[in-house]
Amino acid sequence: MSLQLDNVTLSVRGETYISDASLTLDPGSFNVLLGHTLAGKTTLMRLMAGLDRPDHGKVYLDGRDVTHLPVRQRNVSMVYQQFINYPTLTVFDNIASPLKQARVPRQDMTRRVEETATMLGIQHLLGRYPQELSGGQQQRTAMARALVKDADLVLFDEPLVNLDYKLREALRVEMRKLFESRNTIAVYATTEPAEALALGGTTTLLHQGRIVQSGPSDEVYRHPRNREAATLFGEPPINLMPMTIQGDECRVADQRQALPEIWKSLSEGEYQVGIRPHHWSLLPLSEAALHLPVVVRVAEISGSETFLHLSHDRIDLVAHLIGIHEFGVDQSLDVQVPFRQLFVFEPGGDLVLSPPSSRSTSPGVRGDL
Amino acid sequence: MRLRKSLVMLVYLLFVLVPIYWLVNMSFKSNREILGGLTLWPTTPTLDNYRVIFTEPTWYMSYLNSLSYVSMNMLISLLVALPAAYAFSRYRFLGDKHMFFWLLTNRMAPPAVFLLPFFQLYSAVGLFDTPIAVALAHCLFNVPLAVWILEGFMSSVPKEIDETAYIDGYTFPKFFIRIFLPMIRPGIGVTAFFCFMFSWVELLLARTLTSVDAKPIVAQMTRTVSASGIDWGVLAAAGVVALLPGIAVIYFVRNHVAKGFALGRV
Repeated sequence: MSLQLDNVTLSVRGETYISDASLTLDPGSFNVLLGHTLAGKTTLMRLMAGLDRPDHGKVYLDGRDVTHLPVRQRNVSMVYQQFINYPTLTVFDNIASPLKQARVPRQDMTRRVEETATMLGIQHLLGRYPQELSGGQQQRTAMARALVKDADLVLFDEPLVNLDYKLREALRVEMRKLFESRNTIAVYATTEPAEALALGGTTTLLHQGRIVQSGPSDEVYRHPRNREAATLFGEPPINLMPMTIQGDECRVADQRQALPEIWKSLSEGEYQVGIRPHHWSLLPLSEAALHLPVVVRVAEISGSETFLHLSHDRIDLVAHLIGIHEFGVDQSLDVQVPFRQLFVFEPGGDLVLSPPSSRSTSPGVRGDL
Repeated sequence: MRLRKSLVMLVYLLFVLVPIYWLVNMSFKSNREILGGLTLWPTTPTLDNYRVIFTEPTWYMSYLNSLSYVSMNMLISLLVALPAAYAFSRYRFLGDKHMFFWLLTNRMAPPAVFLLPFFQLYSAVGLFDTPIAVALAHCLFNVPLAVWILEGFMSSVPKEIDETAYIDGYTFPKFFIRIFLPMIRPGIGVTAFFCFMFSWVELLLARTLTSVDAKPIVAQMTRTVSASGIDWGVLAAAGVVALLPGIAVIYFVRNHVAKGFALGRV
């Protein structure tokens, strides 16, 4: 099964929710929708499911036009951010409900419900009611109901947001396993870039109802198409500074430097550079690096990491450092970042140069952004 | 301190319960004793008054008449209000908010206003003096209230439940009956209770729209003056019996009534 959105547009009461979205999801693929709140993730999923109809554009399932096919007649399932279960039915009946509607024979149904429940670790709770379960168990029930019927398309709308940290991690790992052996298209909406990278698959960046970029997750992360994509795919967002190339010199913000080897191919003119917060270093680097005198605004320490909010010549910057670093407010510092790790954008925002991936640490492995 | 608090409560309870006690007290007395002087409890307890209630057709039929139009009214109100409340809670349509408020304004009109039109209309179409006439007349007041209460209960059910049901393959009627109604069962109980409460105690419309065949208990109780004067004991017994259905109904919804008073919006 493949799903294709073709120039889909939806506006409600004069407000554009989705604007001209085209997207193809391959059979058996795991797709992450990444975007801020109100970016249109949920709306896009509802269009995919058939819960909403687009104003313009078409939705194809396996090449068949399903734009006007009601959700009941499509083989989809959905898991919401809130834990949605039928409170008056037991966990067993909750999970069995799609099978019952599809008139699956009793024996077969029982076997499949038990299989799915075992897969999600809730097989001992089948006799209970949803209210008697913890949040994690409730969401597992909802997930079991979504998975039990072998849907062509399974939609997860920020399913892990309302769970505590540990459970989220555990379920996220299971998530991929659940889909490894299926031919189902999975779509997973999240606001967290780290989650998109951890889940792998493909990532589609959404911003204000538009699809900014779509592709394999690490590809999108490493080669964002433009400034917007780079900003969206990173938490804290990428730092941006103006840069000018003139002769064999370049100026980043107000810092004049010799033009580094890696930028020699760029023509003269105005640019913007993007620096991922975790690429900043406090220690002197052996390679060609951008040096920047900065003033500390706030040092935010969370566990074993430090987020340094800095400013340089009225430009606000964030550095994400591993380990605990204590700094006083207004303390002056020198930070640096190797030139080869900088993104270069045109003034219009399009990507000109992204860091070569050869030696760069894979963010998915590092797990931090 | 605690003693004083409970004392206040006790005094208040006594104050509230005295009339009810007096009613029960009277119902076990003979007319002679009632008129004879102040006795705090029946000196010669008798069940004669109740015997009258349960043997004379004018009395027990009036109970049955009341019960029949009250239950008809509850049924009609619920059947009409359930789909209406669902529409108000789930869909946005032109003028929905105005219509919703307008519904409630029906309840603000005094029943007396509708006395004449109802009387004339039901006489013309031959519904006069039937329980259904009273049931329909009471719908004017109960349907809006039912819609308001049910809408509150329905809106507390997330819309995603509906969608999940469609995704699971439920048709709308199947979803509504199998999934949705069980979820708002307390709301339905409370709504039925409020319809009962209005319809059971309403006197004006019930009395005007009936004469002999469908005479309700409330009307019957106002017409007990006979040649020998007012039959106090029988009237008291009738009052006690009239209290019983209310007590029974409120027992079933006692845990949800507060939510009903807030129109389901707690």
